[in-house]
Amino acid sequence: MGKTITEKIFETHQRDVPSGNNVVLDIDVVMCHEITTPIAINDLQERGMDRVFDPAKIKVVIDHVTPSKDSKTATQAKILRDWARRQNIKDFFDVGANGVCHALFPEKGFIRPGYTVIMGDSHTCTHGAFGAFAAGIGTTDLEVGILKGVCSFRLPETMKINIVGELSPGVYAKDVILKIIKELTVNGATDKVMEFCGPVVEAMSMESRMTLCNMAIEAGATCGVCPPDRVTAEYLWPFIQDEYDSIEAAVEDFKKWHSDVDASYVGEITLDVSDLAPQVTYGFKPDEVKDIMELEGSSVDQIYMGSCTNGRIEDLRAGAEILKGRKIADNVRAILSPATPKIYNQALEEGLIKIYMDAGFCVTNPTCGACLGMSNGVLASGEVCASTTNRNFNGRMGKGGMVHLMSPYSAAAAAVKGCITDPRNV
Amino acid sequence: MKTFGGPALFLDRSDINTDEIIPAKYLTENSKLALKPYILEDLKLPGFDPLADTKEAAVIVTRSNFGCGSSREHAVWVFEVNDINVVIGTSFARIFRQNMFNCGMLAIELSEDDIDALFSLGGNVTISVDIDKETITAKGKREMTCSFVLNSFDKALVQAGGWLAYADKKY
Ligand code: SF4
Repeated sequence: MGKTITEKIFETHQRDVPSGNNVVLDIDVVMCHEITTPIAINDLQERGMDRVFDPAKIKVVIDHVTPSKDSKTATQAKILRDWARRQNIKDFFDVGANGVCHALFPEKGFIRPGYTVIMGDSHTCTHGAFGAFAAGIGTTDLEVGILKGVCSFRLPETMKINIVGELSPGVYAKDVILKIIKELTVNGATDKVMEFCGPVVEAMSMESRMTLCNMAIEAGATCGVCPPDRVTAEYLWPFIQDEYDSIEAAVEDFKKWHSDVDASYVGEITLDVSDLAPQVTYGFKPDEVKDIMELEGSSVDQIYMGSCTNGRIEDLRAGAEILKGRKIADNVRAILSPATPKIYNQALEEGLIKIYMDAGFCVTNPTCGACLGMSNGVLASGEVCASTTNRNFNGRMGKGGMVHLMSPYSAAAAAVKGCITDPRNV
Repeated sequence: MKTFGGPALFLDRSDINTDEIIPAKYLTENSKLALKPYILEDLKLPGFDPLADTKEAAVIVTRSNFGCGSSREHAVWVFEVNDINVVIGTSFARIFRQNMFNCGMLAIELSEDDIDALFSLGGNVTISVDIDKETITAKGKREMTCSFVLNSFDKALVQAGGWLAYADKKY
């Protein structure tokens, strides 16, 4: 019988099979940020195990709260920084060069088809967009990953998500994934890999595929994955041109990371997106999703554009389409955090930053920022934010605050109207 | 190996997420113990008082998809430092479940019927866990025993005292 992408990756990375249900994998990339890693570093030090398995396979960034906002976050940054230096980790991104991990690391070419990737961060599933197996893990897994370059997983089954039809104007990857989460519910894909395929995915940019895979965890999935193809090869070309004679050769080679036609899936859903309207969440769970028209006029206080879900250049472009020549409404404040310095620069060159600033946005440095309510952009109790992020949990952006998740296009429309609105009419 | 069991705390809701278990603003702490007072701080349930109600508890009984959301192991540590080493539910989010076993703690899955039965025991419930027999016994106004299945690898992690100890020996 044929195999899925994930089964192929598991097979080629298998170090041990400690039980019929569990596999210990060799890990290609261990990624670290300053929130979950310092406590692992401290623990390893206390145990006399202050080592790393391979400094070249460890990628480090300070991104959640940066530049540091207080002594505690400064200490976290310092622990990470000192460790990266001590362990000779070259790929370390500090203030000035840093950005949101799941936007920055792909941009640097660190993720390739067929890779195994772990990070102490649940949205690590984003990197499955490259045809990798990428999973969020906790601190103990991170410690073992850092020390030994291995991680254990239960054998995940794969759910096939076939996306067909054609997206209409004003509807984006974010709307597609919100709709899928609504159908699957918040634990509909637990212990499963969500394999996104079909013509809509094939037509998507790497940025859009990352948006899809980013939110796989919100349906409980271990990872999202997209078959690597020409779009993947073109994105990675600057980093792989010494390895392949041509993009065609890379595309051919990437096919070894495609699921076989007779691979077995634990479930298959087909979503025709032709009539899909922009989507928005209304409650405190990411599966509480409605067509945006149903929330027309619902009030907001803050707009947030950014994060590992939607802080990339195409997201900034989508928002700017609406914001160009317009002002944000009097009753709202709006924040943009481009996800990486490269994106920030590109947005400057394309004149997007000016559009946002002229509209009345505050533009911050690249950081997770308001997404998790740990640094800037925190909501007061009772306040509501229209946000391009991925989590609307109670208190996520500040105690007592509420978040409506939506696409950058819809968030820009909310900024202009001062309330939730169908962006197609703005 | 630790012993598992003691007074139970019932959290009657599905999808309790990691932000509710330990809000992100406390992730700047660099020690597990510092998390102690913030246990379940953002969990809103009728009549639930996080600090008072977790004081005696050693076991949490809940519904489905417990621990969904972020990968933060803080959500496990905050239980550990409050002497809660067992969570029982119908299902768990993957990362949370793995974090529990990685710390040598127990995430036990029971059928919906068994969970319903636990919730309806009444009175102050005390739960004891027998890892070898894979059974739990709960005593409240009534008493019940039910069995669970522990994956052999998860069991090995609990017996080794966690994944780090296990992996350090083996890999
Ligand atoms: S942007 Fe938000 S979801 Fe993404 S890594 Fe940062 S805090 Fe997590």
